Amino acid sequence: MRRLRLQRFLYLSLAGAVAAAAGCSGSSGGSNTGGGGGGGSTANVQAITVNTGPTAAPPLNSPYINGAFTSVTVCVPGGTTSCQTISGILVDTGSSGLRILSSALTTISLPQQTGANGDPIVECLPFVDGITWGPVQTADMTIAGEQAKALPIQVIGSSNFPTIPNACTSFGAPEDDLSTLGANGILGVGNFAQDCGTACTVSGASNPGLYYTCPAAGCQVTAQSLSGQVQNPIVLFPKDNNGVIIELPSVTGAETSVSGSMIFGIGTQTNNGLGSATVYTIDPSSGNFTTVFNNVTYQDAGFLDSGSNAIYFLDSNTTGMPTCADTTFWYCPAATQNFSATNKGANGASGSINFSVGNADSLTASQTVGVANGLGGPDPGTFDWGLPFFYGRNVYTAIEGQNTPGGVGPYWAY
Amino acid sequence: MLLLPFPASASLGGDLTSVQTDQAKMQGSLRTSSNNSYTIHEIQASTGVAVKEYVSAAGKVFAVTWQGSFHPDLRQLLGTYFDQFAQAEQAQRAQRHGPVLIQQSGLVVQISGHMRSFLGKAYVPQMLPAGVRAEDIR
Repeated sequence: MRRLRLQRFLYLSLAGAVAAAAGCSGSSGGSNTGGGGGGGSTANVQAITVNTGPTAAPPLNSPYINGAFTSVTVCVPGGTTSCQTISGILVDTGSSGLRILSSALTTISLPQQTGANGDPIVECLPFVDGITWGPVQTADMTIAGEQAKALPIQVIGSSNFPTIPNACTSFGAPEDDLSTLGANGILGVGNFAQDCGTACTVSGASNPGLYYTCPAAGCQVTAQSLSGQVQNPIVLFPKDNNGVIIELPSVTGAETSVSGSMIFGIGTQTNNGLGSATVYTIDPSSGNFTTVFNNVTYQDAGFLDSGSNAIYFLDSNTTGMPTCADTTFWYCPAATQNFSATNKGANGASGSINFSVGNADSLTASQTVGVANGLGGPDPGTFDWGLPFFYGRNVYTAIEGQNTPGGVGPYWAY
Repeated sequence: MLLLPFPASASLGGDLTSVQTDQAKMQGSLRTSSNNSYTIHEIQASTGVAVKEYVSAAGKVFAVTWQGSFHPDLRQLLGTYFDQFAQAEQAQRAQRHGPVLIQQSGLVVQISGHMRSFLGKAYVPQMLPAGVRAEDIR
């Protein structure tokens, strides 16, 4: 193991990823050079691990089930000396942008993004189950051999901006520390290039209120340019910037941990071609496709999301499965149930998916379980294909507006 | 003397006047449709989020739904139920990472979706008019 790590260290150094290598020694999710071709290729394979994550250790003792974690290196822009590698970062195809807990960003201080009058820009980012609040700062981000220079990221829970505006918490409860976020950060590598998009670039009543300018007197919603928004780091890579592949092995039942890869680029190198994968285009506004189950069509109500930790779909009446007595947000069938559904892209592509749902109480009984295929829960009217969908598949996420051999994004392929 | 909460801050569980307050706060347009047991007030918020408020014949908001690229102002929409919702949302996240599903005896909240696409529904089971099922709220 040690020798292998040393070889990786040397290769990375040769590939010019000095920053990543410098931070390699103390991190768990080290970089992997993968099988990407010969001269001129960039190391584009990053190791990911599904395990109980950073919340499993004391004092939280709260294992994360079905979270895919990796590490990223962030540096003060323009240099390679002020850098920190942070592990325990959740890989999320359901969002876009890098967000790091302030409590995890301990050894370096990144420059603060400022607005027109020099006041700091702070973001309120609404996830489906809560919000993250914190300043927008700029970093050079390195992952595998790829680098996104001058990337706007969100630093969550900074003590410099302790007061969350009421309008922000009106979107949901804060996820501002390790206990509530469940990770040291979130690496959003989804279909969108920015987290908000054009809606946030205009002033006035139509602005959804994600970006704030925060002078001493207090924070006010502000318009934010596309390039200033927290954005998908992949778009800023010089190459391999049109999407990402998540590769995870098949899983049967519950396991402690499994390892896989995140490969950057689609059809840009010898190791990231589409192969036999089917391209499913998605609604460019909602980022959804259509799922059919038991002859009922759930129009524009299906999506793939590595950041959801189960397959969340429909309800007990529709699936015939009861929820668990204690964890009523998961299904608890007496025996594992096998299902089939059909996903349909906006391009007419169609393919069936076989999946199973087991008893969540049994699957999650042990504190050491970090991986549970068959974990499912209700999400009425919707198909949220979470991380269990990714087990045993290579799942391609193509970014909006980017060219690929499978057409222009956004799309998913698998 | 009993101080009652200002009705304008109420929505779910509030009375009909809170619908107008919501419309004003969201700077939206309003459309209504009725059947025998309730009226649906549809508000298109200025941020593009479509909100529906279900009002019983007795004039009480017993359910709300929403859909859009962003969340609506849930503090306004859930009114006095907001704190209960926020507490339950945070508690659930220790195990369930993904869509929100709160099923308490006095409050049901479902929020689905992902960045740029959200769908939500909240209702008070005890307030559903006779003959109205949870599936009718959509």
